[in-house]
Amino acid sequence: MTVMHGTSERRAGARRARVLMKGNEAIAEAAIQAGCDAYFGYPITPQAELLEWMARRMPELGRTFVQAESELAAINMALGAGATGARVMVSSSSPGISLMAEGMSYMAGSEIPVVLVNVMRGGPGLGSIQPSQSDYFQAVKGHGHGDYRTPVLAPASISEAVDLVAHAFELAERYRTPVFILADGTLGQAMEPVELRFRTPERRANDWALTGADGRPPRVVKSLDLLPENLERHNLALQAKFQEIARREVRWAGQQLEDAEFAIVAYGTAARVARTAVARGRSRGIKVGLFRPITLWPFPERELARLAARLRGILVVELSAGQMVEDVRLAVEGRCPVAFHGRMGGMIPTPDEVVEVLRSFQARVGRRARRKALLPLPAESKVEPPSGNGHGAVDRAGWAPVEPVEPSEPVLAGGHRRRLREVAR
Amino acid sequence: MSVATPPRAPASPRVIYQQPELLSETSTRYCPGCGHGIIHRLIAEVLGELGLGPRTIAVAPVGCAVFAYDYLLLDFVEAPHGRAPAVATGIRRVRPDNFVLMYQGDGDLAAIGTAEIVHAAARGERITGIFVNNGIYGMTGGQMAPTTLLGQRTTSSPTGREASLAGYPIRITEMLAQLPGTAYAARGTIIDPSSVGKTKAMIKRACQVQLEGTGFALVEILSNCPVGWGLTAQQSMDHIRAEVIPAYPLGVIIDRGKRAVAPTSGGEG
Ligand SMILES: Cc1ncc(C[n+]2csc(CCOP(=O)(O)OP(=O)(O)O)c2C)c(N)n1
Ligand code: SF4
Ligand SMILES: [Mg+2]
Repeated sequence: MTVMHGTSERRAGARRARVLMKGNEAIAEAAIQAGCDAYFGYPITPQAELLEWMARRMPELGRTFVQAESELAAINMALGAGATGARVMVSSSSPGISLMAEGMSYMAGSEIPVVLVNVMRGGPGLGSIQPSQSDYFQAVKGHGHGDYRTPVLAPASISEAVDLVAHAFELAERYRTPVFILADGTLGQAMEPVELRFRTPERRANDWALTGADGRPPRVVKSLDLLPENLERHNLALQAKFQEIARREVRWAGQQLEDAEFAIVAYGTAARVARTAVARGRSRGIKVGLFRPITLWPFPERELARLAARLRGILVVELSAGQMVEDVRLAVEGRCPVAFHGRMGGMIPTPDEVVEVLRSFQARVGRRARRKALLPLPAESKVEPPSGNGHGAVDRAGWAPVEPVEPSEPVLAGGHRRRLREVAR
Repeated sequence: MSVATPPRAPASPRVIYQQPELLSETSTRYCPGCGHGIIHRLIAEVLGELGLGPRTIAVAPVGCAVFAYDYLLLDFVEAPHGRAPAVATGIRRVRPDNFVLMYQGDGDLAAIGTAEIVHAAARGERITGIFVNNGIYGMTGGQMAPTTLLGQRTTSSPTGREASLAGYPIRITEMLAQLPGTAYAARGTIIDPSSVGKTKAMIKRACQVQLEGTGFALVEILSNCPVGWGLTAQQSMDHIRAEVIPAYPLGVIIDRGKRAVAPTSGGEG
């Protein structure tokens, strides 16, 4: 399918078009429109359409497409192309991302920009080809070896994925770092009528990139340094960069949080389910809202901590055994109870299932609150409160206004129809 | 005794040996007598003679030559162990006008990076590869490589490489020469001035092949690792002559010439 540029209007550098597209294809086209110079990949379900789209479009535009012999090769081709300052994308799904881990670490260490898309499927091992969010740890806590972080962007709709692709290239180039787009099989495979807001980030002057030492001293792009003092200095510089990213690049969206007693925290496809669950929970009298991290790293921890201080409980919903929930607990630091509900292996919780969990969580929290009131005071009155418990310190007025989340209904295709309808509900 | 005749203007001296411009003056970290240094020099000479220095983007391997970027005055990127051909492919595809050179050891190219070298050659990437076969993993302390000779003792084949346990040495350059994408494949060595001269000619041809755009070019160079082999530098050269060359015959294995079909290489190039 083709993007209808004829109908697109240009506004503030963004090209808009409304089309029906598969997530994988929309991500690919967004990369092309963002000025991606080179794409390297290897077929794997459920992201194969992304590679196929690139295979057709990139040569049409005189740009680079290589179907590599493996994901190992693909990421290292990206390393080579990226080292010359080219705008590079690589995509795969879970097992292929595991193979890319070493290359990601080299690119983080050598500070080579690249955008890497993981359309997650169920694991471990070969697992399944159905959607999953079980690679959160891998993406957020470090794929390869060494002390490094990469920004991880988690779109919850195809339109948002299109926005985030351009943003990912910006982040990658601004901070000279690999950037992950963490999608899942549902987002990759579903078709939605989407507002395609294409954007081409501006190119920066790359005074580090390899172009041939013509009239200037040679440049070296590398990660190795055998002198501990030097390598520590390099690491400190990297850490300073990660701190800057953590300070400046947090993104999240909220829905109906102003009066909420409970919040569901979910990203990506799980957030789609949660959105419906919030609406149904509200209709059954539960004051619940949605907190949706868009950057999984940097995690919106301060924002979530502030929210937690005014909540009775947080329910984390993931398509995993519980991975992001660890970051939620770290952010919440006991300010309110945190519960978890997840499905694995390609299963997706239904909104009703989530509402049920929420109801029993609500009852538990209620009982606990009553029990808490009956608890005797600790015998030692000098016991210090646990550090970081900021109940009293939280400035409620500082609570950030919530971004509205535009609902968009997925159009359903093939065998995914029934399950997706659940998601859409 | 005084000389009555006025001094004659000296004939302008003919330079027969000098520091190549592309070779840095830093002393290398290689062990005394190691072949990597000779091979670096040959690369610097050839690139200098062809005027390719300012156009070159080079790929350093993981192995003893990991610091090649400290010795060769070229733009360099460091590849993970074995992945130089993939890294070089990425560069080649987005920089069609640059000259792309990669340098690999035998563990790097013939063990961990076997898939990458085969497919870079199969795609006919316009890349020139220098493949230093010293029959051993020099950098990690002299373990067995896929190229280690039968019976050869290494730290991981302490009683000598046994075929029943560790298989047979790989002649990977001959394997690569089978591929239509390989425009040029040759094997040289550096055991004496004459073999150094021949190897230099091979490197030059492998560079010209890239300029002609006819495909992938590789020069395998039988080199030594005196430290890993437990020999003196001279003994190690004698060992190459007596044991290694019979197992890895020298010469041009394939040169498809200027008329070889240039594979398309994507991008604008
Ligand atoms: C993934 C990975 N595995 C292992 C190593 C350790 N390692 C470094 S160099 C090397 C072998 C190098 O041997 P070779 O390519 O023959 O080069 P030489 O040192 O002999 O010149 C190994 C195994 C590594 N750096 N990365
Ligand atoms: S270990 Fe062997 S290959 Fe490495 S520098 Fe020493 S002699 Fe050369
Ligand atoms: Mg070796």
